[in-house]
Amino acid sequence: MIVDKDVVLNIAELAQLQIEDDEVDHYVDSLGRILQLVEEMQSVDTQGVEPVSNPLDGIQRLREDRVTEEDQRELFLANAPESEQGLFLVPRVVE
Amino acid sequence: MIHEQSIREILNSLDKKEYSCRELVDHFIARASDANASLNAFITDTYETARNEADHMDTLRSNGTAPSLAGIPIAHKDIFCTRGVKTTAGSLMLDNFVAPYSATVVEKLSAAGTISIGKTNMDEFAMGSSNENSHYGPVKNPWSEKVVPGGSSGGSAAAVAARLCVAATGTDTGGSIRQPASMCGITGIKPTYGRISRWGMIAYASSLDQAGPMTKSAEDAAILLNIMAGYDEKDSTSAEQPVPDYTKCLNEPLKGLKLGFCKEYFGDGLDPKIEIAIQTALRQFEAQGAEIIEISLPSSKHAIPAYYVIAPAEASANLSTI
Repeated sequence: MIVDKDVVLNIAELAQLQIEDDEVDHYVDSLGRILQLVEEMQSVDTQGVEPVSNPLDGIQRLREDRVTEEDQRELFLANAPESEQGLFLVPRVVE
Repeated sequence: MIHEQSIREILNSLDKKEYSCRELVDHFIARASDANASLNAFITDTYETARNEADHMDTLRSNGTAPSLAGIPIAHKDIFCTRGVKTTAGSLMLDNFVAPYSATVVEKLSAAGTISIGKTNMDEFAMGSSNENSHYGPVKNPWSEKVVPGGSSGGSAAAVAARLCVAATGTDTGGSIRQPASMCGITGIKPTYGRISRWGMIAYASSLDQAGPMTKSAEDAAILLNIMAGYDEKDSTSAEQPVPDYTKCLNEPLKGLKLGFCKEYFGDGLDPKIEIAIQTALRQFEAQGAEIIEISLPSSKHAIPAYYVIAPAEASANLSTI
């Protein structure tokens, strides 16, 4: 995939980011370099290399399914600039 | 001078009643409030609660029930949630976030009697290696304001280097403890992944993030690591392994140890001054009895591309929850 101006502007629109005209070239360049690194990784020969997901033989621990969290709604809502009926009120982001 | 003392020396002085916990904490608060206007090492100070905790530790000391590190003034990187205290991760997005709970690391250090005097500055969400990328302004290196302190744990490194606190916590994903520790001339360690609980630590790249101590010496780092390390059921990636006493091996001779010198890390672009410093250190290890062996890790060259694929992908997933 080649990152050009159109790709950057499209990504910015999808992510709802405002990018100034004179910044576009910078993002074309830096996003392009990340994709180059991805290509570099894809060119590595991994034939015969055993996949490793955890070097410490970590296991997925299980626990009894019981409620461990206590009700702290008031404490958590204290961070909300606005709340209503125990819910966070946030600005509308989806048209 | 109190602020040049090691943790052991301070505990010794407290035991001998050369000064109280309150006097100790007041000493560091005075230094921090003097220096912070120029260094910008702290985002938030907790001087009032620190003074109250110091008085409490003095009481515990006088009735013989004080925990092991009672009264030691420290600071937490502003990536650790601290109950009732603003926790920003260096970002405007969290400028009004008062953590409703404390990170396991914070809880453990508090239970050991350490007293936090503030939250240290950092690159926003730990993404950066110069501390210029904080919403709260850049941190200055105490050795020279013309150079950066490194990052992302640059506030913690600068605070310890300038002796504004005895020790500080940091986090390291791709160098964020080790690099600022090096740039500020202090000791920092990124422990093995899983050694320290990540619960309550704002995540950057979850498969790489790890907390660690930032201190004046290896001995202080070992003392802090003893407290910070250990399994935590709240972090499913924390290792269920026993924690050895890290201070036990501090005075063991190096004889019999083999030290690998990885040649891939000393190639093009290495500053000759750094190379000389490393070579000098190797000769010192040899003089102490260690055997230096050149090793090769040929896949090292893939580390940077792998990092720049894994870390941003995980950061993207984590930041979408902020």
